[in-house]
Amino acid sequence: MMTFLTNLVSGISLGSVYAIIALGYTMVYGIAKMLNFAHGDVIMVGAYISFCTTSYLALPAWVSVIFAIVVCTALGVVIEGLAYKPLRQAGSLAVLITAIGVSYFLQNAAQLIWTSNTKVFTSVVGSGSIKLFNGQLTITVAALVTVAACIIIMVALTLFTTTTKMGKAMRACSEDKGAAQLMGINVNRTISMTFAIGSALAAIAGVLLCSSYNTLIPTTGAMPGIKAFTAAVFGGIGSIPGALLGGILLGIIEVFTNSYLSSELSLAIVFGVLIVVLLVRPSGLLGKYVPEKV
Amino acid sequence: MKKKNLAALLLAGAMCFGLLAGCSSSADSTNPPASDPGSQATQPAETGDVGGTGEGVTIKIGGIGPLTGPNAQYGIATRQGAEIAIEEINALGGIQFELNSQDDEANGEKGVNAYNNLMDWGMQILYGCTTSGSCAAVAAESYNDRVFQLTPSASSTTVTDGHDNVFQLCFTDPNQGKTAANFISEHKLATKVAVIYNNSDDYSTGIYQGFKEAAEGLGLEIVSTTTFPEDTTTDFSAQITDAYNKGAEMIFLPIYYTPASNILIQASQKGYEFSYFGCDGLDGILTLEGFDTSLAENVYVLTPFDTTSDAAKSFIEKYKAATGTEPNQFAADGYDCMYALYEACKKANITDGMGYAEVCEALIAVFTDSGFSVDGLTGSGMQWGTNGEVAKDPLIVQIVNGAYVNQ
Amino acid sequence: MSKLKNMKQTTKTSIFTYALVIAAYLVIQALLGRGMLSRSTQGQLVPICCYIVMALSLNLVVGVSGELSLGHAGFMSVGAFSGAVAAVSLEGMVGSPALRLAIAMVAGAALAAVAGVIVGVPALRLQGDYLAIVTLAFGQIIVNILQCVYAGVDGGGLHFNFLDPELHMTNGTPIISGPKGTVSVTKISSFTAGFVLVLISLFVILNLVNSRSGRAIMAVRDNRIAAESVGINVTKYRLMAFVTAAALAGAAGALYGLNYSSVAPVKFDYNQSILVLVFVVLGGLGNMWGSIIAAAFLTILPEAMRGFEDYRMLVYAIVLILVMLATNNDNLKALLGRLIPRRKGAADNG
Repeated sequence: MMTFLTNLVSGISLGSVYAIIALGYTMVYGIAKMLNFAHGDVIMVGAYISFCTTSYLALPAWVSVIFAIVVCTALGVVIEGLAYKPLRQAGSLAVLITAIGVSYFLQNAAQLIWTSNTKVFTSVVGSGSIKLFNGQLTITVAALVTVAACIIIMVALTLFTTTTKMGKAMRACSEDKGAAQLMGINVNRTISMTFAIGSALAAIAGVLLCSSYNTLIPTTGAMPGIKAFTAAVFGGIGSIPGALLGGILLGIIEVFTNSYLSSELSLAIVFGVLIVVLLVRPSGLLGKYVPEKV
Repeated sequence: MKKKNLAALLLAGAMCFGLLAGCSSSADSTNPPASDPGSQATQPAETGDVGGTGEGVTIKIGGIGPLTGPNAQYGIATRQGAEIAIEEINALGGIQFELNSQDDEANGEKGVNAYNNLMDWGMQILYGCTTSGSCAAVAAESYNDRVFQLTPSASSTTVTDGHDNVFQLCFTDPNQGKTAANFISEHKLATKVAVIYNNSDDYSTGIYQGFKEAAEGLGLEIVSTTTFPEDTTTDFSAQITDAYNKGAEMIFLPIYYTPASNILIQASQKGYEFSYFGCDGLDGILTLEGFDTSLAENVYVLTPFDTTSDAAKSFIEKYKAATGTEPNQFAADGYDCMYALYEACKKANITDGMGYAEVCEALIAVFTDSGFSVDGLTGSGMQWGTNGEVAKDPLIVQIVNGAYVNQ
Repeated sequence: MSKLKNMKQTTKTSIFTYALVIAAYLVIQALLGRGMLSRSTQGQLVPICCYIVMALSLNLVVGVSGELSLGHAGFMSVGAFSGAVAAVSLEGMVGSPALRLAIAMVAGAALAAVAGVIVGVPALRLQGDYLAIVTLAFGQIIVNILQCVYAGVDGGGLHFNFLDPELHMTNGTPIISGPKGTVSVTKISSFTAGFVLVLISLFVILNLVNSRSGRAIMAVRDNRIAAESVGINVTKYRLMAFVTAAALAGAAGALYGLNYSSVAPVKFDYNQSILVLVFVVLGGLGNMWGSIIAAAFLTILPEAMRGFEDYRMLVYAIVLILVMLATNNDNLKALLGRLIPRRKGAADNG
């Protein structure tokens, strides 16, 4: 029983990291209709910025988080302006390939700037933990903060997209760009704004990812990026609560597979479950079913 | 849309053929036709030195290792170690080494590409590869061409199997596993052992298999065996919890130091106390930037790199001056490779006029000679058998107060 | 000449594409004969052929059939591993390496086609990005499973084991060894074999695209419901394109696997699939000769940039982004369009 709880806690904390990344993915996908493969690498940049601020400039952790958010937001807007905006009229696949190019670029630039040596990230919320049931169950503060951040971000994003003018403009763009433009919405600006928000989320995700799982190398963002993309699809891509649900479920499935089934085949089993779910619910758990029209 | 692509593609095509042409023309100017094996590097040296008495002889060494991608830190460390050795060797005045390092992204296809590139350059001796997977693909090529190959850290047996031209400076994977099991049982460090290894990595799997085989005969009980795939070096809670629940006293970690540091941190957060035993891939855990070395206290590491010797101290200083970081075992392996090659080249009277095939036969004869031994940072009296495996004493260290203490 | 003018657009394109491949082959053979190609270039000829076939086959799925697949390298790995098993186990029986290579490629294609059916039947119920993620998942599953497979051959035949390296062989040769992938494979792939495979792939794909089935596949891509309403069996045609592509990828995988003494399963993870997708998109969706040039160009590019040393992959990334921006830039295209007289036939395919 205790093992089960321990695994559940680990699963949720891993899942909430996936969820935060997936929220960024889903935001960008929902509005720009593009798979931003460079999202994982923006996460890595965020983590490096935070690492450098605390280690080299000896600034407090909260400053490093703000600094990471600022840098990543700027980076996101620059990437969008230079690499994605010129391709607005081209097919979505062309943008996908450019995003892959950006991803290679960020990884290699990071290696040149910060070297390939592993950095061990010190948790921005301290390495404390809470012990329950006579110390049989341990929950790290980093995990608690991640789960809390995840829920706060989800609520904030939902409120933002439903109540603010900018948020409504984003939803309009995601429904129909042409119609949105006719209604006087500046589509280009809205998309840039989405990238800014997505990248800010990536910075937070990077800091929290590395607070929970401490090693940082230039390819740190790649696999969590792919897993989070999977989580976003799992939950129903474009859906904000779906990203949260998908991320957390993916984390739980992964940890449970590792402990109860087979760690050798864990990737196969995790992806197998994903496939089965998608076959039963072809637009993800909370995705909208859009009937096709001729 | 397709019409418009035409023009752009024609451009791309033109560039493509330009590149092809570029490759061939540059090759023309430096190389004799490749269909003439063994005639490589026959151009007289610019200095006009023909006698090859050792004065001003420059030997071209080709290095292969991952310089980009997730394994870059290991390849860069072996390159840096070798470069420090070459600086020292060249300062001695005798034989001069010239190292050309090429990136293989720890990938066989890129490794073979890098190898061919180095052959075009006129490589006489091959130093590499850093990782086993790429090395296995390259070793087959170097065997066919007869290029002498010395690898610093590719420890898989597939690298040397059936390749009489390939030599290793590191222990083989199964050997490391066996040595570790013997040490644990001899010193009664534990009776119940858990293993966490990377099952997408042949290095890690190879050590695990050697360890498992040896443990069975020694009465070591492996109570928990868990794995993790490449890239997901993040969450180890399931693996650690399993080891804890099965009552393991020690966790055997035949993995690289990056994921290992995660395991140490996560186990300490959960409040689980294990002793740990790692192999040469774990060497480097103390040099991680930002790592709380107190977590690695009492960890046993089977590493060939003896940091206490005078030679090692001077190497560590130079390495720090060059990179700003502490060297690990990979760097020391690279350093030793260069000295092994230096000694062998001296003994075999290698000159820059010799083609790679000639160099290869001469060096094989020296390396397999029972009178040839090399003292280095990773072992003294290193000798090689005809199977290419190194014979040297294993060194097991324990981390005490953040430093290695020889056991 | 008038005959050429009266030819259909698609036929002209096909002829152009075949001519491109054959001319490239002849030029390279001539250069090889005179010893004018560096080893570095020679060493890339076989992988380039493999990637061309990969790009062509993925173009059939992405460009012609309109399904985004992110797991194409999975089929390549099935081909590489089954091809290696076939080639090594037949070493004693079939003397001619060329024949063994051919058998290996057929075996690779057959098993990859089976994998294609297994993946395609469930996956093709999905659309768009959901299909993309399922193919990505399948690609990762195939790699994960291959990491656990051990195989070898001895006098008594083939031995397989899963998760356990013990094969119980007597004097046998190991062929597949878990995460090491294929081991001790004798290199039998050749550039000519690669060239033949490219031609066969082109023949299969162009004939399929220009046939009744091909038109049905494209009808499904352009409007699934309309296609269904005129009686086209949507699942059948989507599956047809998918499985054909998987089989060709399997043959390319066998050629690739037999070009190296050892290939690890991790080589075929999602990065490889994405790389092939880059070739297809850069070459133009549905544009076969575009795929050929893009695959060759992007395979040579990182090798040609070794002079940049540590900046190599950074420069590669920049070039990739710039090429994507340039190929989609209206001003540049207009400029080039004026400079190069229109050759409609060459560009319009599919």
